[in-house]
Amino acid sequence: MTTILDIQDLSVSLPPGGDREFAIEEVSLTVDSCEIVCVVGESGSGKSVTAFSVMGLLDRRALNPVAGTIRLADKDLLTIDDRTLRQLRGERVSMIFQEPMTALNPVMRVGDQIAETLEIHTGLSSTQRHARVLQALADVQLPDPKSLAISYPHQLSGGQRQRIMIAMALILEPKLLIADEPTTALDVTTQAKILALIKQLQSSRGMGVLFITHDFGVVAEIADRVIVMQNGRIVEQGQVDHLLNAPKHPYTRLLIDAVPSMTPPERRHSNDKEALAANRIHKIYGKSGWFGRGRVVHAAQDISLTLRRGETLGIVGESGSGKSTVARCIMRLIDPTSGEILIDSIDIAALRQSELRRFRHQIQIIFQDPYRSLNPRRTVGDSIVEGPMNFGVAAVEAWERARELMETVGLSAESLSRFPHQFSGGQRQRICIARALAMKPRILIADEAVSALDVSVQAQVLDLLDDVRQEFQLAMLFITHDLRVAAQICDRIMVMQDGQLVERGSTATVYANPQQQYTRELLAAAPGRRKFPQKVG
Amino acid sequence: MLNYIAVRILSTVPVMGIVALFVFILLRLAPGDPAAVIAGDYATAEDVERIRQQLGLTDPLLIQFFRWLGDILQGDLGTSIFSNKPVTVLIAQRLEPTLLLALTTIIFSILVAVPLGTIAAYRSGSAIDRLAMLFSVGGFSIPVFVLGYILIYVFSMQLKLLPVQGYKSPFTEGIGPFLSHIALPTLTLSVIFIALISRMTRASVTEVLEEDYIRTARAKGQSELRILLRHALRNAAVPIVTVIGIGIALLIGGVVVTESVFNIPGLGRLVLDAVLARDYPIIQGLILFFSFVYIFVNLIIDLCYTLLDPRIKY
Amino acid sequence: MSGEAAAARSDPAPLRIFLSHPGVLFGGMTLAGIVLLTGIGPVFATDPVSINPLNRLKPPGAGGFFGTDMLGRDVFSRVLNGGRMSLTVGLAVAFLSVTIGLTLGLIAGYIRSLDAVIMRVMDGLMSIPAILLAIAMIALSGATLTTVIVAIVIPEIPRVVRLVRSVVLTVREEPYVEAAIAAGTRTFQIMRRHILPNTVAPLIVQATYICGSAMLLEAILGFLGAGIPPEIPSWGNIMAEGRTYFQLTPWIIFFPGLALALAVLAVNFIGDGLRDTLDPRIARTMR
Repeated sequence: MTTILDIQDLSVSLPPGGDREFAIEEVSLTVDSCEIVCVVGESGSGKSVTAFSVMGLLDRRALNPVAGTIRLADKDLLTIDDRTLRQLRGERVSMIFQEPMTALNPVMRVGDQIAETLEIHTGLSSTQRHARVLQALADVQLPDPKSLAISYPHQLSGGQRQRIMIAMALILEPKLLIADEPTTALDVTTQAKILALIKQLQSSRGMGVLFITHDFGVVAEIADRVIVMQNGRIVEQGQVDHLLNAPKHPYTRLLIDAVPSMTPPERRHSNDKEALAANRIHKIYGKSGWFGRGRVVHAAQDISLTLRRGETLGIVGESGSGKSTVARCIMRLIDPTSGEILIDSIDIAALRQSELRRFRHQIQIIFQDPYRSLNPRRTVGDSIVEGPMNFGVAAVEAWERARELMETVGLSAESLSRFPHQFSGGQRQRICIARALAMKPRILIADEAVSALDVSVQAQVLDLLDDVRQEFQLAMLFITHDLRVAAQICDRIMVMQDGQLVERGSTATVYANPQQQYTRELLAAAPGRRKFPQKVG
Repeated sequence: MLNYIAVRILSTVPVMGIVALFVFILLRLAPGDPAAVIAGDYATAEDVERIRQQLGLTDPLLIQFFRWLGDILQGDLGTSIFSNKPVTVLIAQRLEPTLLLALTTIIFSILVAVPLGTIAAYRSGSAIDRLAMLFSVGGFSIPVFVLGYILIYVFSMQLKLLPVQGYKSPFTEGIGPFLSHIALPTLTLSVIFIALISRMTRASVTEVLEEDYIRTARAKGQSELRILLRHALRNAAVPIVTVIGIGIALLIGGVVVTESVFNIPGLGRLVLDAVLARDYPIIQGLILFFSFVYIFVNLIIDLCYTLLDPRIKY
Repeated sequence: MSGEAAAARSDPAPLRIFLSHPGVLFGGMTLAGIVLLTGIGPVFATDPVSINPLNRLKPPGAGGFFGTDMLGRDVFSRVLNGGRMSLTVGLAVAFLSVTIGLTLGLIAGYIRSLDAVIMRVMDGLMSIPAILLAIAMIALSGATLTTVIVAIVIPEIPRVVRLVRSVVLTVREEPYVEAAIAAGTRTFQIMRRHILPNTVAPLIVQATYICGSAMLLEAILGFLGAGIPPEIPSWGNIMAEGRTYFQLTPWIIFFPGLALALAVLAVNFIGDGLRDTLDPRIARTMR
């Protein structure tokens, strides 16, 4: 084992006027050959800045290395000239990125993009390059390399695109691979396969891998060694088993504890009144083209569900499963193609918008992106009272209730007069919950409501959702792609795939004894399943 | 694909119909009686009535419109009141100078503007960027004809390098005279076009340079020049080409003014002469002709998008 | 990106940034100068229409600051007076086209059944070259200030409609608009509270650019002999009269041309400054 990458006391400055002076401060770490080092931390921890420093890809208008050394292949990457650095990139050190769709040039065939690396660094002829490209595609286990090589990125799936990125990065067999959240944008089953692929290529080629992630599940799956970062500094590092089982630093402990367990806790079975029933919801997109043969997508097919007061029903599935479509149909943000949605035996699916208005206060929704869910030009107070005042609540009363609700969601009543940009993501999500509760709804839909949040914040918002469900006897429909989250909050669960229902049942039953093949795959793919099996939820 | 092309061509029909309707309404509803205008100040009531009959102005408007539309569909844009020649013939006679001026302008503008905008985007904030953008704002601010006169004053009157005015056909009078006569009009007309294209190029390339795949190319070790040429410009092409298409309208307007300044006997001069003489069929025919050229060019550009971006599917 | 840590971001002061923008400084000062000169200047200058045949075609210096024209009128005072016409047309066109375009754009963006109709009409209007449309309209309905303004407004409308419509279509997909729908907010209120404010910044910027290009178009129309009645000294008209004598007395064209270019440049600089400060993102969708 030799050290390939050696970072000593690296500090990178932020532009003046920010909330801190350095993006990363006095970071020292090494990566040996044949090992995977995971750098883990929440947003703003500086983990990606560390990775980009090595590649020399920092945006120099904002970020500048001011101290330290980065040694790779006997050279200090911070002092060598651009030409030498360009030679090292791709040949000695390569990188794969979070979002393979945007990381690939959309107007260039993927084969050509892989060949570009060869063109830059080798004198191979175009026939030789082509042969190497096909071999590289086969190495990342892509089927039919010949036809894949002439495809464009948008014609491929997310997993295939990330495999292309890996093929491109590894074609010159670099000693070091830097992976910046390479599976975060992927579905969980795809993530499992990509992680396995990286691990396999790493060990067969004896590479060192610097793997950036926010997910301790992924860490447990892939890491040999772990480095935990917080606010630009390394707080703890160690061998993976040691660090996961006996974290020393409180922050590490906090992060590990915040990972939701895959084991659903004991939950009572609700026999309360039915709040909502949806029967055979069907949503078809793109009905007909000009000549009646447009592409048709069955986003949701024959979905039926019932929701009782005081219970949480989860809909889990990967992207494109139709889980959000169902939620938006029930909200009537989109119109279902067919099917009934019954509230108090009235079919709201059939109502016109004008008639629908008086049912609006009964169902409320919380969206995924806390940064776009609040009108940036209005104070949070204005956003919260808007709904009640639409329904004739007097201003004094509406504001009084808004103040109470802010306390309920753990924020101060004074902050009602502030604007959304003055709050963090987690705080905004709390405000959105307050806004929904202001309507005194019977049904609350949470559409990936915690997916955009850091893991420590996520746990708090989940607790809040569970609390308000109990306090207000809400019927909650919880849409998520995250099986860990679903395990912790849902009483019952529905698994969807490609617009269809795969399996349903109580959460405990489905997790303990999945009946369908797809559900089994989904559960098996949850990262870190073996290392975080039985945590107390 | 073929299906799409058919649909796209069909979709220009309503737009052309709207243009035709608009031009028709414009000329019919304008206050003032075309017949009286044509007849002139010393005409008797009978003269006016005769001309009105002759123009078919006594029929109901709807019938007039469809008769006119029917003529257009048969390639008949009407007949000039004064010269009594078909408008299509007049257009054909005057087409060459205008077409060549437009072509030299488009070619020259693209050759200058695309590199300028790309460099400005790459060296964003630098002196060359500021200069380029200053030039661009200036180009939008100076009236075309003032620029034309300044150029004439400098190059023709003071330096005596180029002829003051006029047009020489490359086909009958040779390439040399053609170029020396077309140089100043081209330069005049190009300034605003360069301003437009370089601005869009800069904006588009700036945006593309922020994209992840540019970072990927750097991570591969690609050189900056090749990143610009191979990755950035290719991806920035669609908005640039689009703005060139939209700029055709600007160009047509500029042609009218430029031809007037440089005394070029093209379509622009034909328009002006017709307007001053109130030769309705020519005005109608020319506006329609220019609009259809605009629609046609933009149709072609639209169809070219597939070549530039494989994501745009038909 | 930013989590709990990036919570308290301080508010930038847009007005200060705007005022310290170099283009805005230059543009604002130039424009203020021009407005001042055209506003109070004529009080001091000689009569712009008084004819003095003995003092014809005098070069700058010999016959006033800017020389005299073929009737011996003082070009300087004519230019000062012409500015008023130019600025009037610019402001009127900007105001009218933004008002009409905003209304049509909101309708097109929000009422699906009217969208196709409005946008096809706009496509049609856009494909008629603005100068041709304007000279044809003016030639046929007679040259008055009103017809000139109307003739310039009509071709400007489609650009505003497209801009507003695209803002509406983007914003109405925002989760906060969906949340407002879910809260039972009526369509009219959603437009007023959540969508309309988003159109203000791009519209202000667009209005400045329209003002500049309207001033240019007014001058071009005057120059081509299809503008405001020739007896009114507008910049375009002054230059039109100078054409015949251009080789002899280029200043009759240059001085009003310079004044016009400076005025439009100032307006455009202010527009760029507004664009940079109000919303850097919209910069790309315009021009």
